[in-house]
Amino acid sequence: MTDLSVNVAGVGFHNPLIAASGTFGFGREYAEFYPLSVFGGISTKGTTLHPRPGNPPPRVTETPGGMLNAVGLQNPGVDAFIQQELPWLSRQGTRIVANVAGSAVEDYCQTVEKLNPTCVNMVELNISCPNVKEGGAQFGTSAQSVYDITRAVRDVCKKPLMVKLSPNVTDISEMAVAAEHGGADAVSLINTLTGLRVDIRTRRPILHNNTGGLSGPAVLPVALRMVWQVHQKVKIPIVGLGGISTWQDAVEMLFCGASALQLGTVLFTDPYAPVKIAQGLSEYMEKNGVAHVADLTGGIRPW
Amino acid sequence: MTADVFDFTVEAPAFADVAQPGQFAQIRLPGHTLRRPISICNIDRDRGTLRFVFQVRGAGTEELSRYKSGDSLEILAPLGHGFPLDLPGRVLLVGGGSGTPPLLGVAAQYRENAVAVLGYRTASAVILEQDFRDMGAKTVIATDDGTYGYSGLVTDAARQEQFSAVVACGPLPMLRAARDLAVERGVPCYLSLEERMACGIGACLGCAVSLVDEAGQPYYGHVCKDGPVFPAEKVAL
Repeated sequence: MTDLSVNVAGVGFHNPLIAASGTFGFGREYAEFYPLSVFGGISTKGTTLHPRPGNPPPRVTETPGGMLNAVGLQNPGVDAFIQQELPWLSRQGTRIVANVAGSAVEDYCQTVEKLNPTCVNMVELNISCPNVKEGGAQFGTSAQSVYDITRAVRDVCKKPLMVKLSPNVTDISEMAVAAEHGGADAVSLINTLTGLRVDIRTRRPILHNNTGGLSGPAVLPVALRMVWQVHQKVKIPIVGLGGISTWQDAVEMLFCGASALQLGTVLFTDPYAPVKIAQGLSEYMEKNGVAHVADLTGGIRPW
Repeated sequence: MTADVFDFTVEAPAFADVAQPGQFAQIRLPGHTLRRPISICNIDRDRGTLRFVFQVRGAGTEELSRYKSGDSLEILAPLGHGFPLDLPGRVLLVGGGSGTPPLLGVAAQYRENAVAVLGYRTASAVILEQDFRDMGAKTVIATDDGTYGYSGLVTDAARQEQFSAVVACGPLPMLRAARDLAVERGVPCYLSLEERMACGIGACLGCAVSLVDEAGQPYYGHVCKDGPVFPAEKVAL
């Protein structure tokens, strides 16, 4: 029997598949399809100190090999998350990664302080949402600001801390190093790539926010490259995401240096993708005599 | 049915057993990241089938239109909340163009107690007229250019009817006019909305629609989970 379990920053996940924040809500909808324990963990919808209404529609559009979204961090706020979602979610047999967003350092810190006494297993710091004004991305696009916010949150955060990095930078490995120096226990990458589509009839951008975040199979090669680059620069574990839609994609991401994986947009194509990817990964490991997922991490043989 | 409207009947007994008029399906198309939300036109529990009547709007629906009898489709259904089926008295169904198909399932429930007033651009775009008549619904057709039936807006044609509730599906100006007509007559009104959609189940929050809460405050609900059918007074049109 192969062992799919992984350990990321001291948190044990029974398999390396984590639902990506923003694609999975707080889990209730997908629980109608399968037990949430299909996933090793769930990264919950980006949560802020106060409720946020989100952006006006249209918020999503399909693109070749992917989609653009500009939901704008619509969420009920951290108090509602703790009171209304967490009690149920904590009984689903999966690890809970609380994705935290904000528009000021103090917001992040106060939100994380509210999560400290809860059963959340890990905090994922979202400093890479491209879709709201002052929605975190301004913290994620310079090494100094990545360091500063990671440091500030680290000082108050009692949970393992993972920083989610934006690909909309010149050198993502500099951001990863800054997060590591700031005290991050792990990094997750990549968030979406900022994009734009235009309705040629009306000359309007299709999304009301004008720009949106590109995700889906189209971004997989970019994500693989960035995870590979970051893996060469940091010692903390990497959670890899961006366009993973098959078990083969998952194996590639592990080879590039990921210790665990997040699945997002593929859920919209096929809600059962995590079941199929876990199965395929398990069979691949069995056939190739790989006992632990960690044995695949960083296994790429570069030319 | 016309140059760009297609009529599929899909064998799916498990879905047909539980589907309600006004609900929708998410149909997967190979090579596409997002499924296509298609409204359920009618449900045949005895045969275990769902009927979809859809218009080609882009690459996805164009590919869907090329499926042939005997092919298989990967479908998530039934999704969302449908139309109320316990409205008393005579129910006015107001439909516009590609918004008319989901009303057929409603007509199948209310039969002689339904009056369908259906609007199309022009005579060649008229669909489902006989299907509505076969349900026993009084059926009135209107065309924008007057080439068939009543000449003018579907909501103007509807003014000549007596009814105690309104359900509507179609373009936004038509939905507004249907709501206004219901307010004028003092009867309940339900609207089926659409928005660009991703997950189809309420997780991604993509298909936002502006709603008003009990205190009259606006907020974003979602077409896929809170709708696609909404009480008109809850929608900020």
